[in-house]
Amino acid sequence: MSCCRPPQPDDKLSGAEAWFIWLGGPLFALVLWGGVYRALPPLSQWLVDRLPVTPGSHLAEALAFFFYDTPKVLMLLALVVFLMGVVRSFFSAENTRRLLAGRREGVGNVAAATLGIVTPFCSCSAVPLFIGFVSAGVPLGVTFSFLIAAPMVNEVALGLLFGLVGWPVALSYLGFGLAIAIVAGFVIGRCHLEGWLQPWVLEVRLGECALPDRRLAIEDRVRAGWQAVTDIVGKVWLWVIAGIAVGALIHGYAPTETLAAIMGKGAWWSVPLAVLIGVPMYSNAAGIIPVVEALLGKGAALGTVLAFMMAVTALSLPEMIILRKVLTGRLIAVFIAVVAAGILAVGYLFNLLFAA
Amino acid sequence: MKDIKVLGSGCKTCQLTAKLIRTEAERLGVDIRLDKVTDYAAIAGYGIASTPGVVVDGKVVHAGGLPQAANVATWLTS
Repeated sequence: MSCCRPPQPDDKLSGAEAWFIWLGGPLFALVLWGGVYRALPPLSQWLVDRLPVTPGSHLAEALAFFFYDTPKVLMLLALVVFLMGVVRSFFSAENTRRLLAGRREGVGNVAAATLGIVTPFCSCSAVPLFIGFVSAGVPLGVTFSFLIAAPMVNEVALGLLFGLVGWPVALSYLGFGLAIAIVAGFVIGRCHLEGWLQPWVLEVRLGECALPDRRLAIEDRVRAGWQAVTDIVGKVWLWVIAGIAVGALIHGYAPTETLAAIMGKGAWWSVPLAVLIGVPMYSNAAGIIPVVEALLGKGAALGTVLAFMMAVTALSLPEMIILRKVLTGRLIAVFIAVVAAGILAVGYLFNLLFAA
Repeated sequence: MKDIKVLGSGCKTCQLTAKLIRTEAERLGVDIRLDKVTDYAAIAGYGIASTPGVVVDGKVVHAGGLPQAANVATWLTS
C-alpha cells in the first residue's frame, strides 16, 4: 500500500544547502533561546527592583514569581512543543494504525501507549480514530492504551511540568502516564468487552486507505514544529499567564499550614478528591499546572498533585461525551473506573515514595 | 468541476479546512462542489483514522490536521 509508508525524505529538496539552512537556522535559534533563558533571572530581578514595592514584602514576592515564571514557562513550553511538532511529523494516525493492526495484547499495549505520545491526535478525531483502529483489527484494549496515552502524555503537560516543577517530575509524569495507559488498556482488553461497543461500530466496513505518499523534507519538519508552536502556544498562552498570576497570589499570600493540611501527604482522602476535581477541568489544563506548582511550594504532596493533573488530562468530560457515540455507557464506566484506579495508585505510590 | 468532500465531525479544524478550500478555489478560479461528510461510518468508509480528511474526485488526498494552502492549490489544479 502506497499510502501507509512512513514519510521519506524528498531527494529533490533535501540537498546539502537545504540541510544547512533548515538545520542551521533552528540550531542558531536554539543558541539564541539559551542566551535569553539564562538572562531571565537577572532581568526579572532588575524589573521587580524598579517597581514601587517594598522589597521582601508579599507583593514583591508575588511579582518576582510572576515576572520570572511567565517568560520562563512560555519559553520552555515553546521549546517542547516545537520538538514534539518535529517528532510528530514522522508519524500519522494511519501509520500508527498499520503498525498496531493485528498486534497481540501486551506488546501491543506498550506499542500503542508509546505511539500515543508521538502520533498527532486531537480529541475531535477520537471517534474516527477509534473506529479506524478497531475495524482495522487493532485489539480493543490496545486501542484504549492509545486513547489513554494520547491526551494524557501531551506536550503542553510535559512542557509546563518541565518548566515549572523540573524535569524529574516531568519524566515521572511521562513514565507513570505510560504505565497507566499500558496497564489500563491491558485490563480492558482482558475483560473482552467487544460486545459493549455501540452495535453499529462492528458493522463499519473500513475503506481502503489510499492516501498519497507523504514525502517530507527537513524544511517541512521544521515548519511542522513551528506550526505546532504557533497553534498550541497561541491557544494556551493566556491560560498559562492567568494560571501563573493565580500561582503568584498563592505564593505570596496563601497560608502554608492550611494548604499542607488539605493537600499534604497526611490527608489520605486528598488523592481521590484531586481526581474528582480534575475530571471536569479539561480545557483549563494549561492554566492549572502553574497553580499546581504554587501548591507544591506550599506543601501539597507530589502524588496528589500528579493524580490531579492526570485526571485533568486523561479523563476529560468532553472526550467521554464524544466517545459515547462508539462506546456504550457501561464501557465508558469501565474505562473511567480502570483509568481512575490507575491514577489513584500512582498518586498514593508517589506520596509513599517521595517523603516531603 | 471538482467534487470535493471534507470528512470530519464538524469541529473547528474541519470548518477551517472547508473554508480554506473555498478560498483557494475562488483565488484560482476553480469550479468546485464542496460537501461535508459528518457521518462516522461514512468517514470510516474512506479508510482514514484522523480528521479532517479531504477527498478530491473520490480520492483521499489528506487526513489529519489543517492542510497547507499550497497543498490545497495542488489538489485543485492537478
